[in-house]
Parts: sequence; structure tokens; C-alpha cells
Amino acid sequence: MKSIEELRAIKEKAKADIQLRESQDGLRIIVGMATCGIAAGARPVMNTFVEEISKRNITNAAVTMTGCLGMCRLEPIVEVIDKEGNKVTYVKMTAEKAVKVITDHIVNGKIVTEFTVGAVKD
Amino acid sequence: MQIYRSHVLVCGGTGCTASGSSKLSDELIACLKENNLENEVKVVKTGCFGLCAEGPIMVVYPEGAMYCRVQESDIKEIVLEHLLKGRIVKRLLEGNSDLSAPQTDAEGTDFFKKQMRLALRNCGRINPENIEEYIANDGYEALAKVLTEMTPDDVVNVMLKAGLRGRGGAGFPTGKKWSFAKANQADQKYVCCNADEGDPGAFMDRSILEGDPHVVLEAMAIAGYTIGSNQGYIYVRAEYPIAVKRLEIAIKQAKEYGLLGKDIFGTGFDFDVEIRLGAGAFVCGEETGLMTSIEGHRGEPRPRPPFPAVKGLFEKPTILNNVETYANVPQIILKGADWFSAIGSERSKGTKVFAVGGKIKNTGLVEIPMGTTLREVVYDIGGGIPNGKKFKAAQTGGPSGGCIPASLIDTPIEYDTLVEIGSMMGSGGLIVMDEDTCMVDLAKFFLEFTVEESCGKCPPCRIGTKRMHEILTKITEGKGEMSDIDDLYSLATAIKTSALCGLGQTAPNPVLSTLRYFKDEYIAHVVDKKCPTGVCKALLQYKINPEKCIGCSLCAKNCPVSCISGVIKQPYVIDQSKCIKCGACMAKCKFGAISKG
Repeated sequence: MKSIEELRAIKEKAKADIQLRESQDGLRIIVGMATCGIAAGARPVMNTFVEEISKRNITNAAVTMTGCLGMCRLEPIVEVIDKEGNKVTYVKMTAEKAVKVITDHIVNGKIVTEFTVGAVKD
Repeated sequence: MQIYRSHVLVCGGTGCTASGSSKLSDELIACLKENNLENEVKVVKTGCFGLCAEGPIMVVYPEGAMYCRVQESDIKEIVLEHLLKGRIVKRLLEGNSDLSAPQTDAEGTDFFKKQMRLALRNCGRINPENIEEYIANDGYEALAKVLTEMTPDDVVNVMLKAGLRGRGGAGFPTGKKWSFAKANQADQKYVCCNADEGDPGAFMDRSILEGDPHVVLEAMAIAGYTIGSNQGYIYVRAEYPIAVKRLEIAIKQAKEYGLLGKDIFGTGFDFDVEIRLGAGAFVCGEETGLMTSIEGHRGEPRPRPPFPAVKGLFEKPTILNNVETYANVPQIILKGADWFSAIGSERSKGTKVFAVGGKIKNTGLVEIPMGTTLREVVYDIGGGIPNGKKFKAAQTGGPSGGCIPASLIDTPIEYDTLVEIGSMMGSGGLIVMDEDTCMVDLAKFFLEFTVEESCGKCPPCRIGTKRMHEILTKITEGKGEMSDIDDLYSLATAIKTSALCGLGQTAPNPVLSTLRYFKDEYIAHVVDKKCPTGVCKALLQYKINPEKCIGCSLCAKNCPVSCISGVIKQPYVIDQSKCIKCGACMAKCKFGAISKG
């Protein structure tokens, strides 16, 4: 180790690696990963969230999974919950939609209304 | 870089390893593979979480769900339910037995709520065998700061102002120790780490070394820079194989990263650390005994002065600090003296780690701010006494310490208050005793330990503790006289003032403190020839009440030494001269006719 910069570089890289274990007081992104969700393609959705968060160095959000919400026809379902417990439910998600949720909602705080449960028309 | 959505931390401390955690992680890895999750879930072996009573322990992030008493058969359920479907396996959560809505986040449980983890901050959170995880949590930042921004005097001042006192037991101010060694000029100085944790029941140093070995290396390098030393030694017990292995890995990694060795951070500062293994003698935890042992001699203490800061290891100025003391240093450097001195109480700053054991529900490792009361440790964090028994006393400081009786349970835990009530902080063993513990027997147990561990160099300790032990044995066998209690006092006082080292000087403490708070129990043994708790077998008698006995002969049939005799339908009698006091008769009697006392 020849310089502090070198130490800092290792730190930044390693920090991203263990970010997950810090206590979460930011946003929680919850992906429905029951059989219905997985069958509808929840796994690539979740992987996209994880990758985007890491790629963009987002530190205030964590991705977790949950079971079936009961609205299996709308899967993959993703819920975003903030510190105060306010919940936004996104339905019929895809990897592409996940990227938009990250850029608009997670980074810029703008809810992507057209993907939410209220926007679904039968 | 591989990105994982979940990390599973499996405890790899000695406690959980003993209850099978290494098998669990193998099983977990295999099971993840089977379900194609190996690229999504990372398995990390970490150090002690502290809740050893509930081991083996596993924590799943990001939820922070803490699974307790995990068996190999539970792994499949954790993988299929939690890691695949995101449903937390509630039945395995900590504290599930008595909570209707179990906490999913371990930090929120009673066991952790009142704790403050500074020395243990990385234990159970990072992989101790990976230096990068330590660096990610500000590791080696303090060393960088010290080497590039601070003079040795600055470091001493920060340490003095922070008010950190030695965590090995005596509580000597760390800053003072460093300033003495710094002031002494010599061609060579040494930095030593005391990891020869010898108190029965104490295991906080082991857990720090197992869970966060780099913190000790970093702090030793800081100490080396401060006093002007380029060589460190860690003296660790050979009975701690996992700690030794992780230290070896840590030293190797630190050297590879250039955080130990030559020209650290390009500042021209060199520092190297070597491990010395101790063979497990209690006296080698005493500072001069430890240094004698590192030098390759038989571990015996030597008179002080000269103090180690003047003439220590190889007759050179040396500082020796305990593992837990070092574990506090990097954070003090980074966060400042004011931050540290704001924690704890007026005279004792910071936190203290206790290994809580004995008659308590949550056996394990807890770290509390100084000044927390014993009641909070026993009832709030420790979960109270099992089986509805009453709290009788707590023993701190191991064979050098004393008892805190129930009447003083609201005493704040600090160096000075503990000494005032006749105990001491010690290295941090805290043994809880319930109403079934005989205090005379307890004193005898600790004396037995010091008799065995006395190195024999000075007569007060070699002969004195032996005589005290003989008197205690006599009392527990019902052969004691009142003059024995006076003899115990005078022996204890003589040993305290005349023994050569800390081991001898503190050896009478368990006797003195039990005499102080539980003299009536001694008197019961001596005068009434009774052990009030029924622990001392020689004083115990099982008796058959002839009025309740119906003469069924069940007791006689179950007596392993056939000392109960009688005629059917007539009261039976126990032959006291043959009775071995096993209690089998009392357990079998259906009429409550047999009593002990």
C-alpha cells in the first residue's frame, strides 16, 4: 500500500459489495417471488433491480423478495416502500420497466404512474 | 464484480462451530447450487454474533433475519422458503418461543436493543478472512490518518482525552501507558497484545480475534507509530485454534496489501506483527509473565518496577494492551476523543464487552455502555434467570474478582464502582448465579483454580492459596470451626499485600467478597453444619419422615448403594454412613416422605 488513495479505492469497491448488510432506512424494493411471480418472469425483473442499483451506486435502496400478494394475474409485482411506509405497487413488470422505475422513481423520486396497479385496465 | 441480492452470514465463532455451523454452510452452499441460486446469494462465514446460547446462528440480509439453533435439516426450508420465495422462516427466528409476532430484524430484539457494539462492531457483520470487507467498514483508515496527519504526540493526546482504560481488567489509562513508553528512548521498542484470555468463562477476546482480527493489527500499528516501535507480538492461547488461524490469515493479507511491513502508505513507517502461542498458563496473562514467556523462558512474573514501559520485552520499553482495548483504538482515532468520552459514565468511558454465562437465559457476548446497571444486563439483555429461579449474585472478574449480591443489582457497571463493592471489572466474565448456588462452594471453586494456576515463584501465593483452599474444603465438609473464618481473613489480607503479581494479589478476592456478602452461609456451614443450598454433599442428609412413609420399599429398591432398609408397611430408614447423597430415593418417593437438608 503506497498511498491513501489506494486504500480508498479498495474501500469503495468493497463497500458496494457489503452495502446490502447495512441497516436499511431508505427505500425497499420488494419483488413478488412466489410461484406465480417467478412463472410470470419475476426473476429477471429482480436481477435487473439488483444490477441497476449496483451499477448506479444507489445506496438508499435494497431489493428483497416476498411471496404471493394474491393478484397473480398482475405478476410480476414489485412494491416500493419508503421510510414512512408509503407504498407504490407496480404490476406486470419487465426488465425494461424495472430500469425506468429505477431512473424515475428510485433516483428522481417520480412515481411511474403508468406501471402502477391503478393504471391497469381490464 | 459479482452482484448478489442476498448475503447469508453464518457464524464461524468457536461457540457456533462447536454446535455444527461449518457443516451448515457446506450444506447451504450445496442447497443453493441445487436451486441455481449460487450467483444470487452469497454465503459469508463471519465472527460471533454474541447470542451463543441460541447457536448455530445465521443472518440473512438485506432483511437482517436472524435464524437461531439452525439444524442441517432446516437448511432446505431456509433456501426454498426464504431465499427462493422471500418468505421468512418464522419458526427459526430469535426469540420466537415467547413472542407472538417475532422480530424479523435481529437488531430489534431485546438482546441487541440495549447493547452498543463498538469493540464488536464488525463481529458477525464481516467476513474475518477477507481484508477488503474490513477496509469497506473504514478499516485501516485510522492508520492512514495517524501516519499522514498526526504526530505521535497527537495520538497520545487523543487517547488521553478519550479516556480509554485497559479492558484486560486493571483499567489503567491507555493513553498514559503509551505516553510513558513513548517518552523512554531506546534503539528498539515493542508493542504487545495480550490475547491470553484465561478467566474461566471469558471469551470476548477470542470472539474479537475470530470476528475482526484486522482491528487488532491496525491498532497495534497505530501504537507502534505512537511509541516508536516497528515490531509487534500477539500472545494468544494455543487453545484458540480458530482465532490463531484467522490472525495468521489477517497478518498475511495485511502484508500483501502493504498495510504491515515496510514503508506503510509511503510514509517510511515500518511495522511487523508476529504471533506467539501460549500453552495456557493463567499466569502468562499477567504482563511480566507474558513477556517472560515471549522471551522463551518459563512463564513467571517478575517484580515491578521496572515497569514494562521502561524495561519490558527483551529489556526494552514495551506496551502491552488487551485485545478489546485495541479494538476500540481505530474508532477513537477516526471519530475523535469527544465522541468516545461522551459514551459511558463519568469515570469509565466507552463500552465493555461481557461474556455472560451461568444461570441466565441468553448466554453469550454482550457489549454495553459503561454505567449500565447489572439489572439491565441480567434481565433486559440476558433475558433473566431460567426456570423461574431467583437471582442470587453475579460474579465478575473471574478468579480475581468478586460477587455482586442481589441487593446491589442496581449498581452501575464501571471500574470504580465495582472495586468499591469488592469486585472488579476483570476481563469481562460475568457469571450469573441463582438461589441454588452455594457461595462457599463457589469461593472454593475459584481458589482451586488459583491453586492450580499459581506459578509457585512467590510463597504467599504458592502456600497461602493452598492453605485457604484447605480451610474452605474443611468448611464444606462440615469440619470447620469459627476460628477458620478468622484465619481466612488474615491469610487473604496477607496474600493481597505480599504476593508478587496480580494473580496472587487478587486470588483472595472471591473469598473476601463472599465473606462480605454471604457470611451467614459460611456460619451455617461451620456452626449448623448445614449447606443452605444443598450443594455441599458432605453436609447433606436425606431423611425419611416416619409419619409420611407407608413402607412401600420403592426407595430401597432404587438406592444404588442399598443403604435403605426396613420392613414392608413399616417406615424405612436410611443408613447415613453409607448414603452417597445421590437423591434417587427422594426422586422416586411418591408420598413426599423423603427430605434433604
